[in-house]
Amino acid sequence: MNLFSRIYRNIESKEHVIAWALILPAALVMVLVVGYPIISNIWLSLHAVSLINPFERPFVGLANHLNFFADPIFWASVGRTAYFTVVSVGLEIILGIAIALLINLKLKGWRLLRSVIIIPWAIPTVVNGTMWKWIYNADYGALNGLLMSLGLIDKYQAWLADPFTAMNLVILADIWHCTPLVVLIISAALASLPDAIYEAARIDGASSWQSFWHITLPLLRPALLVTLVLRTVEAFRVFDIIYVITGGGPANGTLVISYLTYLESFSYLNLGRGAALSFIVSAFILVLALVYYKLLYTEDVA
Amino acid sequence: MNRKIIVVSVVLFALVLGLSITGSAKTLRFLTMQQAGMTPEEFDSVVAEFQQKYPDIEVEANYVSYDSLHSKLVTSISGFNPAYDVVLVDDIWYPQFAKAGWLLDVTDRITPEMKSDIYPAAWPIVTYNDRQYGLPYLLDQMYFFYNEELLNKAGLTAPPSTWEELVDQAKVMKEKGLVEYPIVWPWGQIEALICTWVPLLYGNDGIFFTEGGKPAFNSSEGIEALTWMVDTLKSGLSNPASITYNEEDVRNTFSQGKAAFCINWIYMYNMTNDPAESNVVGKTRISLIPAFEGAKARSASINGSMGFAVTARSKYKEEAWELVKYLVSRDVQKKYSDHITPIWQSLAKDPELIADQPVTLPAFAEQFPYSHVRPKVPEYLEISQIVQLAIHQALAGTKSPAQALNDAVSEINKILK
Repeated sequence: MNLFSRIYRNIESKEHVIAWALILPAALVMVLVVGYPIISNIWLSLHAVSLINPFERPFVGLANHLNFFADPIFWASVGRTAYFTVVSVGLEIILGIAIALLINLKLKGWRLLRSVIIIPWAIPTVVNGTMWKWIYNADYGALNGLLMSLGLIDKYQAWLADPFTAMNLVILADIWHCTPLVVLIISAALASLPDAIYEAARIDGASSWQSFWHITLPLLRPALLVTLVLRTVEAFRVFDIIYVITGGGPANGTLVISYLTYLESFSYLNLGRGAALSFIVSAFILVLALVYYKLLYTEDVA
Repeated sequence: MNRKIIVVSVVLFALVLGLSITGSAKTLRFLTMQQAGMTPEEFDSVVAEFQQKYPDIEVEANYVSYDSLHSKLVTSISGFNPAYDVVLVDDIWYPQFAKAGWLLDVTDRITPEMKSDIYPAAWPIVTYNDRQYGLPYLLDQMYFFYNEELLNKAGLTAPPSTWEELVDQAKVMKEKGLVEYPIVWPWGQIEALICTWVPLLYGNDGIFFTEGGKPAFNSSEGIEALTWMVDTLKSGLSNPASITYNEEDVRNTFSQGKAAFCINWIYMYNMTNDPAESNVVGKTRISLIPAFEGAKARSASINGSMGFAVTARSKYKEEAWELVKYLVSRDVQKKYSDHITPIWQSLAKDPELIADQPVTLPAFAEQFPYSHVRPKVPEYLEISQIVQLAIHQALAGTKSPAQALNDAVSEINKILK
């Protein structure tokens, strides 16, 4: 008896060791590629580091962070980022659900639609940005050509010359690029919903709107949560599409917070301020993710 | 069977390793720009000629656009193992990079012969704190281009000599329906905006910075110049898309005959005469950049020169310096003179070169005395960004010109302290 339990305990403790040994390489890689940069970023953000003065790195505490909170350019860029995130993610989700439902109806040609819809998502963001930049071009852009031949405008417009219009057009380009991801996730979730519930609803006399609102949407909640978190995080740190289409202009009209971080770090070489800014961005995103988690990840779907 | 596979793969691995060590004897990595200056095709043949001269050196040339060059440089040469040995550096970046210690100090390698023959005005480009960090390559400034055919069609004989005259001529063209927007500018929120604003500022007797290094562009002259910019946009004389354009967009618009006037670097001239690139072949003329009526200045331009440098931690500094010297050598600059102005004074008198470039060489000599340099301070990029925003706020109508410039000056004073 005693012997048995000793062997058992031995194996148990060994399992522990084996488990740790198996996790160790992955954990080590994580520490190196995730842990170290985060810690070094926090260290940077607490010092006045500028590559112009590479040998002076005085400790300044939270001064880098606090300076931004007093800076109107920072708050304006937060506002723009929020606008970009809310509008682009909101429209992407609505459009994504609509297209996914359309695919799920399995009308003639739905397989083709399901494949074609992926194409925008497969295009690299920079290529997508360049493409839309040409579409919006004031002198030879396709958008001007289209609206002109439809008779909607009487002369070519400089679409990206107005700060607010420029922001909305960047959002349009982002929606075109990212909606397919939403379609993909939602249509996968839709395909897994049991038909029996819908049959029961139909027998009980529910309209299709009612069954969408009371059955489909609640059942899609886990998939929606994943999509929302994914897209919000991505939209909040949007950079490449703006870099390509507008470069933050005109009049800072598309200067989002990631672009500001880029300017601080790579144009002005103020690594300390850049690190503080990226730390603030991460904090914002963490809060957003937690809010989503509370709102959508309720127990009945968990 | 298994052992065989192991043996074979070990041998292969050793072979690949051995080849990769011996194969890359001396490879110089070279980063330059595809925009103004020599074209990639021209660079490729220069590099090929260099390799013929130095068979034991390999050169790998890479090209990016001007607006990507700064961030590419910052990310690739700031580390202990720089990704490039020879790099193209803009006039305004030299203080930043030199102070950060990324560029090789070549002061002692510069020969008296270089010192005496390279234009004196070219040396400040590569100089910071009296030390040289490379050799000047692209001796450039902004030029005034006009489409002679459009001018003649409008019944005009001479290009404008003042900005007021330019407005009058543009109005005539617009009224006659010759061109929708007669003037086009690279007024995107980029450095080119500063490069076209400085000629207007100095053309109205304004100044960017004082001698003592303080911003002074919010003077009444500065406000007038900016107000003029806003007015030409509002009246539809300047292309409204200008505030999204860079130099290449300006060249494209002008080359399509969709603009009668523009300001750009010298590389544009020969490109507008290339049938593959342009619809206005033979119609482009260069004249002195106008100034404002009543100003003391007769003309004003901006010095937009660039230089080649060796990175401070390059493994092959000697070879890299040879490449820099070769890239700007008299022979190369004479042979590839289509898109650059040579840095050598002796070449300006070379009869063969004058015959090759009958327009751009005299234009350089005429405009260069009126060229102004931007503030040579390590914080320049941040300052530039602030001024770009101020000008854009005025152009987009979110602030009055006076308000925008005053705010910019106080922001800049905060940085300089």
